[in-house]
Amino acid sequence: MDWLNIIGRTFFDFEAMLEVLPQLLGVGLLNTLIISVAATILGVVLGMVVAVMGISRSRWLRIPARIYTDLFRGLPAILTILLIGQGFARFSQSIFGPSPYPLGIIALSLIASAYIGEIFRAGILSVDKGQGEACRALGMSYAKSMALVVVPQGVRRVLPALVNQFIAIVKDSSLVYFLGLLVSERELFRVGQDAAVLSGNLSPLVMAGIFYLVITVPLTHLVNFFDNRFRTGRRRPTPPMSGLKEVTELDAASPLTTGSNT
Amino acid sequence: MNLTSANTSTSNSKTVADIETFHGSSLELQNLTMAYGDIEVLRNVSLSVAPGTTTCIIGPSGSGKSTLLRGVNRLHEPKSGDVLLAGESALQVRPDTLRRRIGMVFQHFNLFPDHTALENVALALWSVKGMPKAEAMERARRRLAEVGLAERADHRPRDLSGGQQQRVAIARALAMEPEVMLFDEATSALDPELVKGVLNLMAGLGRRGMTMLVVTHEMGFARKVADQVVFMDEGEVVEAGTPAELFDNPRSERLQRFLSEVL
Repeated sequence: MDWLNIIGRTFFDFEAMLEVLPQLLGVGLLNTLIISVAATILGVVLGMVVAVMGISRSRWLRIPARIYTDLFRGLPAILTILLIGQGFARFSQSIFGPSPYPLGIIALSLIASAYIGEIFRAGILSVDKGQGEACRALGMSYAKSMALVVVPQGVRRVLPALVNQFIAIVKDSSLVYFLGLLVSERELFRVGQDAAVLSGNLSPLVMAGIFYLVITVPLTHLVNFFDNRFRTGRRRPTPPMSGLKEVTELDAASPLTTGSNT
Repeated sequence: MNLTSANTSTSNSKTVADIETFHGSSLELQNLTMAYGDIEVLRNVSLSVAPGTTTCIIGPSGSGKSTLLRGVNRLHEPKSGDVLLAGESALQVRPDTLRRRIGMVFQHFNLFPDHTALENVALALWSVKGMPKAEAMERARRRLAEVGLAERADHRPRDLSGGQQQRVAIARALAMEPEVMLFDEATSALDPELVKGVLNLMAGLGRRGMTMLVVTHEMGFARKVADQVVFMDEGEVVEAGTPAELFDNPRSERLQRFLSEVL
């Protein structure tokens, strides 16, 4: 029973948890959400650019997109965040001030855009070729047929994958603490870790972990919901019907369709 | 345009005259050769379609029929030869400009699944022709009514039967006021019962003066509606002529063989 007790005190010390709760809620959760949402929005915009470049017929667009994707997908997130967060610190200082917070968001969004670009690219490529052809046959330009018909269909298909990517970003947002954040800028992990160091007890970190789960677990289920819905569609079952209905409807409908040829 | 009067009278020439007529242009293919990579799938095809007439292209699968259509509106660029639309080379203008003058209907409809029937027809009107959206919708509604789908305007493709979807696709192409219509096996994917409705609609277009190039396996349609029938095999035109010439007096052995198998 002794070790159970120890485990309880190390990980589930409710007093320590309660103590850190206000900070987790007011500072940690808020910052985690700001960082993740901002990085996702930027990542989606950049990712769309990368995806459209990646399916372009011009290799001068395709190759840079490929290199970009390989680079940011291939490097560990922590390395990218440190390189960008510290490498561009002076640059960022003149624009955003001394806080590394914006650079953290940018680094995260660059990483995310590489993944999101691939998600969009797969989605756009999965749209039936006939869709683009129908557009072109109507006289639409390539750009218009993409923007009005093909890309919207592709994006709708990959919404579940995008939610998954958001979950990954939420988790990766914890890495931004490496850049050294101000007290008020700390996200969930940093708040939990600081409290853990101070109290010599891991319970605040466990509490931070619970917060991550509260964000991510409902989202994973939302993904499944999305997935089912988009896979099966909203189509209501219809009772069996006779083809004759349409034949008679057609006969009555219009001068163009009447008359016979067979 | 009087659509209500048609409900009472089923088929006579007066109702056809009531509705708008088309001004189809002539179409001519000169030694058209098309290739996928190194493989020539169409060799030296020459063909002349007079304004307002219907030409049916028949032949086995893989004989280059669809490729020929795609060469006409340059969905696939011809390798050599020329396409003349209303006497002018179609290969000298921008593809987008050319395609505005040529309507195309596909075997699998290719409707936009996330658009309603009405939006399917209206999309190119406002996005390509630059028509104000309200006007585009209005025009689209009229076109749908013409093909007997006024009441289905707000349905999405998946809630329409194959026949209805194909009629939306025809309305979509017609809305652009093309000078030539291309039909690529437009009825091959339809319920047998619904084939006739779509064929009747196509025949109606022909009667109203549209120039049509129709790839089809419906020999009855080719015989009755076509002014000219072209039989293709292995990427070449084997025989061309009036329906009577081809169906009643096939000269080539290949066509005789084909007809004995399909009729």
